Amino acid sequence: MQTPKHGGAPTASNLHSPQPEDGQWVMPSKNYDATRFSGLDQIDTQNVRNLKVAWTFSTGMTRGEEAAPLVVGSTMYIVTPYPNYLYALDLTQNGALKWVYKPGVDPSSQGVACCDVVNRGAAYSAGKLFYNTLDNYTVAVDAQTGRQVWKTQLGDINKGQTMTMVPLVVKDRVIVGNSGGEMGVRGWLTGLDAKTGKIAWRAYAAGPDSDVLIGPNFKPFYDEDRGKDLGVTSWPPGAWKIGGGGAWGWVSYDPELDLIYYGTANPGPWNPDQRPGDNKWSCTLFARRPETGEAIWAYQIGPHDDFDYDGVNENVLVDLPINGQTRKVLLHPDRDGYVYMMDRATGEVLSAEAFGYITTNTGVDKKTGRLQLVKAKSPGFGKTVRDICPASPGAKDWQPSAFSFKTGLLYVPHNNLCQEVSATAANYIAGTPYVGATVRMYAGPGGNRGEYTAWDPVAGKVIWTIKERFPVWSGTVVTTTDVAFYGTMEGWFKAVNAKTGQQLWQFKTGSGIIGQPTTYRGPDGKQYVAVLSGVGGWAGAVVAGGLDTRDGTGALGFTNAMIDLPKYTTRGGTLYVFSLP
Amino acid sequence: MVRSTGIMKRVTKGVLACASVLVLATLASSCKRESRTLRNEPPQRGLYDAARESTNEPGGKLPKIGMPSPAEGNAYAISQGQRLFDWYNCSGCHAQGGGGMGPPLMDRRFTYGSQPANIYDTIVRGRPNGMPTWGGRIPEFQVWQLVAYVRSLSGSEPSAATPGRSDGLEKKTRAQLQ
Repeated sequence: MQTPKHGGAPTASNLHSPQPEDGQWVMPSKNYDATRFSGLDQIDTQNVRNLKVAWTFSTGMTRGEEAAPLVVGSTMYIVTPYPNYLYALDLTQNGALKWVYKPGVDPSSQGVACCDVVNRGAAYSAGKLFYNTLDNYTVAVDAQTGRQVWKTQLGDINKGQTMTMVPLVVKDRVIVGNSGGEMGVRGWLTGLDAKTGKIAWRAYAAGPDSDVLIGPNFKPFYDEDRGKDLGVTSWPPGAWKIGGGGAWGWVSYDPELDLIYYGTANPGPWNPDQRPGDNKWSCTLFARRPETGEAIWAYQIGPHDDFDYDGVNENVLVDLPINGQTRKVLLHPDRDGYVYMMDRATGEVLSAEAFGYITTNTGVDKKTGRLQLVKAKSPGFGKTVRDICPASPGAKDWQPSAFSFKTGLLYVPHNNLCQEVSATAANYIAGTPYVGATVRMYAGPGGNRGEYTAWDPVAGKVIWTIKERFPVWSGTVVTTTDVAFYGTMEGWFKAVNAKTGQQLWQFKTGSGIIGQPTTYRGPDGKQYVAVLSGVGGWAGAVVAGGLDTRDGTGALGFTNAMIDLPKYTTRGGTLYVFSLP
Repeated sequence: MVRSTGIMKRVTKGVLACASVLVLATLASSCKRESRTLRNEPPQRGLYDAARESTNEPGGKLPKIGMPSPAEGNAYAISQGQRLFDWYNCSGCHAQGGGGMGPPLMDRRFTYGSQPANIYDTIVRGRPNGMPTWGGRIPEFQVWQLVAYVRSLSGSEPSAATPGRSDGLEKKTRAQLQ
C-alpha cells in the first residue's frame, strides 16, 4: 500500500471509520470518498451559536464564487471565477496575502460559458496545486512559491468548450473534464501526467469504443449498456461529434478497487427530437482506471435525456449495511430527483429513491436499470410542455452533498423547481449555443425554490428538511459533532443540528453564498470554518450577469424563477472565516 | 372685376404646397417603414458613421459623417432581424433580450454604444469580454437587419415598425406560474 502523498488515505471510508482527520482540507471534496465530513470537534452544537468572523478577504471579483477554500499546513488557497486567480493566504497572519498566481485567461472565454464564469477550486497534491482555467488550460502551481510548474491546453473555446471543474489527482494522474453541453461540444474526461502535464489519455463521452476507452475489461451491469460502439449507434449519424457529455462535475476514487467514478453531462442539443436514440454515453456514470482511463463499468442514468439532467453530480463512496451485509456503495443524488445507491464494484443500482418532486419519470426499472420516462413531459417540436419537474437544474445541480459517519445521513443542498419548455430547431454554429429550447422555470410545489435535506440512504427517505426561499446552491460540510453548515443565496451562512435540522446559528454575509464551506484546524490549534460569499452561478445569473427580469427566458429559463433575487442580494466576492471567540 | 386671382393663386398654391409637403412627409416616413428593396445593398463599410464608443470627444464634437443604416425604421428589416436573431444563435446568449451568457439587450444599457454603427461594430468585430466576431460570416445586409432588431428590443425603433414578441412560450400570468 503506497504512502498517501496528500490527505486521501489508502482505504475507503466505511460507516464506522471515516478517514483519519488531519485538520487540513486538501481537496474540495475533502478526500477521495467525497464525504466532506470533518472529524474536528471543537465546534459543537452547544457552542456554534458563538461563532464569529475571525477575518475576511475580498477576492476583488463580482461573479459567482463556487470554490472551496483549501487548507494545507498554515496556508489557505482559493481560486476565483474568471480570470481564475489563485490566492495563497497566510493563516498565521489572519489571511494576509502570501502570493497570487494569475494564469492569464482569454477574455473571450467569458462568452462561451453557459452558466456564469465560475470555478469550483483547486486540488492539492505533492507540493502543487492543480486547477482549470475557463479557457481550457489545466495548470500546476507550486504551493510554496506560486510559480507555475506547467500549463497544458486541453480544449478550444472556438468549439464552445470551457473548464470549470476541480481536477482529481490520483497517483500520478491529474484527471479533468470539459464543459459545454449547451454549446455542442464533444465531451471528455482526460488524464494528465501530474509531473509534466502531458495528456496521458482521453476518454470521450461519445463516439466509437476506442474513443470512449471501452475495451475488453468493460463490464456494464445492465444489458442496455452492452454492445459495440454504442457511442455511435445510439445517435443519428455524426451527431455524437457535437453531442455534449462533458465531465464538468465531481470525480471520486476508490483506492482498493482502483476505480474513479464520475458522470457525464447532458446530450446536445436540448431539443431531443434532433437526436433520436439513447445518446450514449451522455448522462452516464462511469467507473474507470485512473492510470489509463479504461472503462470498467458504466450505467446510463438518463438514456435519451429530455431535460438536461446532467449526470455529473457527486458520487459519495461509503460502505453501508444493506440487508444484513456491508456493501461498497456509491451515493449519487442525481438531477432527475433520485438518490441512486449503487454497488460501486459492479454498477448495479441497489435503490433509486426520490428526494424531490418528480413528474418526468416514474422510476428506475429494477430489472433493466432503465429510467422510465413520462412521454407526455418530453419537449419536442411544435409543443409547449408545462410542469416539467424537476426543472433542468434538477432536484439537485452541482452543489455537493456531505455524509456524516455519526448520523449515517447524507446532507443534500438542493432545488425545488419546475419548468415549461418550448422546443425550437437548434442550429449548430461552432462556438455558439446549441440548445433549441426556450425555457421558463418556476418554484415547485410548496413555493420554496430550495431545500436542505437530511437523507437516510439505507432507508431511502428524507429524515428532515429545511425549506429555503431560493435554491440552496452552496456546498455543505458536516462534522463529527453533528454540526452541518450551508449557505443561502440571500447570503446567510447557517449552522444546523445534523440530527434534528434545528438551526443553531446564522450570519449574514455580503452576497449570496454558492461556495463550498470547509473547516480546518488553524496554526493556533483552533477550529475554523471558511466559506466564499459571492452570488452567481447558473442560479444567480440574474444578479451576477445583470440580466433583465422582464424576459423570464433568460439564463436558459432560470431568470423567471429568480426574478426577486436582486431584491435580496447584490454581487461581490468575499472569503469569510469564522471561529469561536 | 376684381383681379385677386394672383394672391389667391399664391395662397392656394401655398396651402396646396404645405398640404403636399405634409402628405409627402407622412408618405415618406411610412414609405421608409414599408419599403422593400429587391436587391440587397452591396457592402458599404467605408461609408457608415465612424462608431464612437466614448462621449468624450477631445477638442469638441465633430459633425456626423457617413450614411445612416439602411435598415433603421424599416419593418421588413426588423422582422428579418428577428428571424436571424434565432438563426445565428444570438438568442442562445441573449435570450429574448433578457440576457444569459451575454448581457441583456432590452434595457438600453449598451456597454459598447447603442447607435446603429456601434451595434454593427459589436456584431462584426466582436467585443473583448465574450461577444463573438461575426465579420466575414454574416453578410452585411443581414448585420444591419440584426442591428435594427437589437435596437427594437429596447424600444429604440419606431413601434409601428417593430414586430410583436414571439418567444415561443405562451405568456402566462405570474399567478398561473405559481
